Amino acid sequence: MLTPALLLSAALFVIGTLGVIVRRNAIIIFLCIELQLNAVNLAFVALSRYTGIEGQLYVFFVMTVAAAEAAVGLAIIISIFRHYETVNVNKFNVLKW
Amino acid sequence: MLLDYTSSAHYVLALLPEVVLSVWGMGILVAGVSGRHQGGSGQELGWLTIAGLAFAALANGWLYFGVVEETATAMIALDRFRLFANWIFLLGAGFAIIVSLPYVARQRLQAGEYYSLILFAAVGMMFMASARDLMVIFLGLELMSIGVYALAGFNRRDRRSAEAGLKYFLLGAFASGFLLFGIALVYGATGSANIQVVADSVRGGTAVGALMGPGVALLAIGFAFKVSAVPFHMWTPDVYEGAPTPVTAFMAASVKAAAFMAFLRVFLVGLDGLYDQWWTILWWIAAVTMVVGNVIAVVQSNVKRMLAYSSIAHGGYLLVALVAGNDVAAAGLLFYLLVYTIMTIGAFAIVVTVGNQSESNSRIEDYTGFGWQRPLLGLLMTVFLLSLAGFPGTAGFIAKYYLLLGAAEARLWVLAVILVLTTVVSYWYYLRVAWYMWMKEPEAADGPRAAAVTPLATHIVLVIGVALIILGGLFPGVALDLATGSVDGLRQAVGEAAAAAAAGP
Repeated sequence: MLTPALLLSAALFVIGTLGVIVRRNAIIIFLCIELQLNAVNLAFVALSRYTGIEGQLYVFFVMTVAAAEAAVGLAIIISIFRHYETVNVNKFNVLKW
Repeated sequence: MLLDYTSSAHYVLALLPEVVLSVWGMGILVAGVSGRHQGGSGQELGWLTIAGLAFAALANGWLYFGVVEETATAMIALDRFRLFANWIFLLGAGFAIIVSLPYVARQRLQAGEYYSLILFAAVGMMFMASARDLMVIFLGLELMSIGVYALAGFNRRDRRSAEAGLKYFLLGAFASGFLLFGIALVYGATGSANIQVVADSVRGGTAVGALMGPGVALLAIGFAFKVSAVPFHMWTPDVYEGAPTPVTAFMAASVKAAAFMAFLRVFLVGLDGLYDQWWTILWWIAAVTMVVGNVIAVVQSNVKRMLAYSSIAHGGYLLVALVAGNDVAAAGLLFYLLVYTIMTIGAFAIVVTVGNQSESNSRIEDYTGFGWQRPLLGLLMTVFLLSLAGFPGTAGFIAKYYLLLGAAEARLWVLAVILVLTTVVSYWYYLRVAWYMWMKEPEAADGPRAAAVTPLATHIVLVIGVALIILGGLFPGVALDLATGSVDGLRQAVGEAAAAAAAGP
């Protein structure tokens, strides 16, 4: 069971990575990052069948961190939306990207 | 005093600096929103924050000199490496706050949130340096990063600050994802996230190679993002340019230092057994980082951006110490980060002053004649720049010398030559600022800049910083002994764990 679970986790992680690289909407990029974190959660749970309970504990840490990140990240996205009235990252070009 | 964790009070004592800072940060947050400080300049909150840092530094000193750790496998290390690193973070946070005081007042930022975010970020850094568990490193990293994301975008009225905050947040969170996946794979390969257990497992050959290889690669990518090593450095110049300048100083100095502390412990302690496999990758990253950072810094016309590329270049020098992977290099890395913290924040403090406590005047032309208008500040800036360049007689030179010594001991001749050559290149852009300050006649008398307010506290701290840099350059013995002693514990722990593993089965 371990290999398919890890492959699925890797596939989700790659989808998230590609999403971050390809998509231009800040909120979608952020969701792709969340997808990456949840791919890791899947890997932790799958691995914990073989390595012990810690893997499942780590998932809770990651979920908490993801929630904190969402709070700060969405606040930052709102604050930049007030300046540009868009969340397209290509439009944020005061600084040379 | 021996901490053997028989009583639960020992856990609090082992974490005393972090506990002090966390509680203090919450107190500052509450004080900031309580009516009395609303609308004020926030100066008294800033000084209160510095008092908290001082208490944490005292607690840290007690741990350094008075406490012995019993076990070398606890999740939170109590070794001198961690405690020395803590001092560097506390110093960096203190300097950053002193630089922030007039800036926060003039920009009318919410002082309570600003200072408590700095404290929480400092706690995160301390956890990164103390973690002997990959998950604790991740939590410390996130605690630090989330605080710094908010700080980078703190000046909401400034469009550039918001933009810097967003870029830093998206790329920082992206990098954390890589690091976390690396942690998951290493955990799967070795059955534990504890760095000592990982080290034993790697040495004993019980780690699952199919998971370990990608895991180590992902960890390296995650850390390379955080220390802004070259293929992963794209965010650095934008974020450093757009963030409020005191925050940039804090990011360039302390955030980078924290990332290097965790990088060092994970790779030199945890993955020591795989040195043969990872050193070539880091070799290339270090070489490319030094070359690209220094070469692009040469063509920058904005001083904040130039200092951003300079910080990338310094990251490259520090990576040389990781590649060398011996005690001399590790001690050199600690000493370098101490010196680097002082000189980077010092240079940014002058940038804040020239910018008149705002984000203006950051082009290099704005420094024309600054030395003659404000001789003391001009002189201090010159020393900071010379030290950043690694001029003999400054602590920056000694620090680089020790990195080179470490590289020579590991026989990394090519890397050492690249370090020296890129240092020569760096003289150009550091001295160009000094040349503008002293040698170039201003076209018109600049009223506002000459009148820029710099509080006495900033002057005193900068003079102390320069004194430390020159003392460190002429008599580096004390600080170097301290750094060397701090690394002793680190490597010894590896040796003991390895010996125990060898004696076991």
